[in-house]
Amino acid sequence: MVDFKRLAHEFYKGLFKENVVLVSLIGLCSVLAVSSKFENGVYLGAAATFVLVFSELIVSLIRKVIPKEIRIPVFIVIIASFVTIVDLVMQAYSPQMYKVLGIWIPLIVVNCMILGRVEVFGYREPPLYAIADALGMGAGYTVSLLLMGFIRELLGTGKVEAFGTTLLKMPAGYEPASIFILFPGAFLTFAFLIAINRWLNTRGES
Amino acid sequence: MDEIVRLGLILIGAAFVNNIILVRFIGLCPFFGVSSKIQTSVGMSFAVTFVMTLASAISWVVFRYLLVPFKLDNFLYIITFILVIASLVQLVEIVLRKTSPTLYRAMGIYLPLITTNCAVLAAATESVKPGFFKMAIAYNYSFIEAVVYSLGIAIGFGFIIITFAAIRERLELAPVPEMLKGTPIAFITAALFAFAFIGFSGLFGL
Repeated sequence: MVDFKRLAHEFYKGLFKENVVLVSLIGLCSVLAVSSKFENGVYLGAAATFVLVFSELIVSLIRKVIPKEIRIPVFIVIIASFVTIVDLVMQAYSPQMYKVLGIWIPLIVVNCMILGRVEVFGYREPPLYAIADALGMGAGYTVSLLLMGFIRELLGTGKVEAFGTTLLKMPAGYEPASIFILFPGAFLTFAFLIAINRWLNTRGES
Repeated sequence: MDEIVRLGLILIGAAFVNNIILVRFIGLCPFFGVSSKIQTSVGMSFAVTFVMTLASAISWVVFRYLLVPFKLDNFLYIITFILVIASLVQLVEIVLRKTSPTLYRAMGIYLPLITTNCAVLAAATESVKPGFFKMAIAYNYSFIEAVVYSLGIAIGFGFIIITFAAIRERLELAPVPEMLKGTPIAFITAALFAFAFIGFSGLFGL
């Protein structure tokens, strides 16, 4: 019998309470690097979520036959296979984006988020929950990517664009602070995001 | 003579102008993870330098003489490189333990961590498929150039991680607002550090 309440719980925890990027500070490299544009986040988020869902599903299905001693190499080969699929599909259907994301596609293999979730969740739980967990974590990762991209593009260029339409524009007279789309802006934006997140979480305690 | 100048430019370009941590956001986990003490950061950067240079050299040979002739280079390179790195780390660990116990004790605990250090995979991938990241000067590196390129990346990595550790040791004594203590202030420091690296951008057209 499927426990829907638990399924929902596994999904939502990744989105907010255990958000990989903002709370656990995992998988930072890619978030800081590609968030200079809002649109990039959509693609990398989708790619990483795809890899995460299928790796967790496969590992969860064969978890009883993977010997404990060699589980890490097994995980890595499974993950690398799905990354290769993403790599080739993106190269074929969206060469423009492939050029922008560049090295970050092969680097999904060593994204600690994926190996971490496979190890702590996929290797222990049945497939259905593993998928819910992977979808939640992937969504949490994507949301953080989009949030960073949104703030940086808005402050850095004065407007946010995605797929050819302008989503939001700063009022006229705003001078774009281009430092936000350069590399120091990534560190700065992220520092304040986690500080605000921490403030929100500890507000009630003191 | 020209060749030496070219190698020098690749080295500077990889180490400073396109610094792997601050400019390109690769390898942030060890950057924030082990940079709280100078001693650990020195151990980590030596281990990374060693493995990174060796891994790139081996990946280059495997890619050029094994994957390309058999036309496997498009879809097998990710899995191949990650396996090369993982087995290399194991091998280095075994050899070090037997031959130089002192060095092993200094580097030992950092070695297993390096397998999932994205900087190593990035260096290996870029020295054979530099299309991912074009420094104006060269792609399609020769063997020597690939080794110099990854050595440059490793130098940039070590330089940043050791300097940053020195700053963080001082930061512990500084009065920091409660909300920014720990990770957020580290990110803000990294942002200020990154500002300095804007000065390098465009140098020699790298």
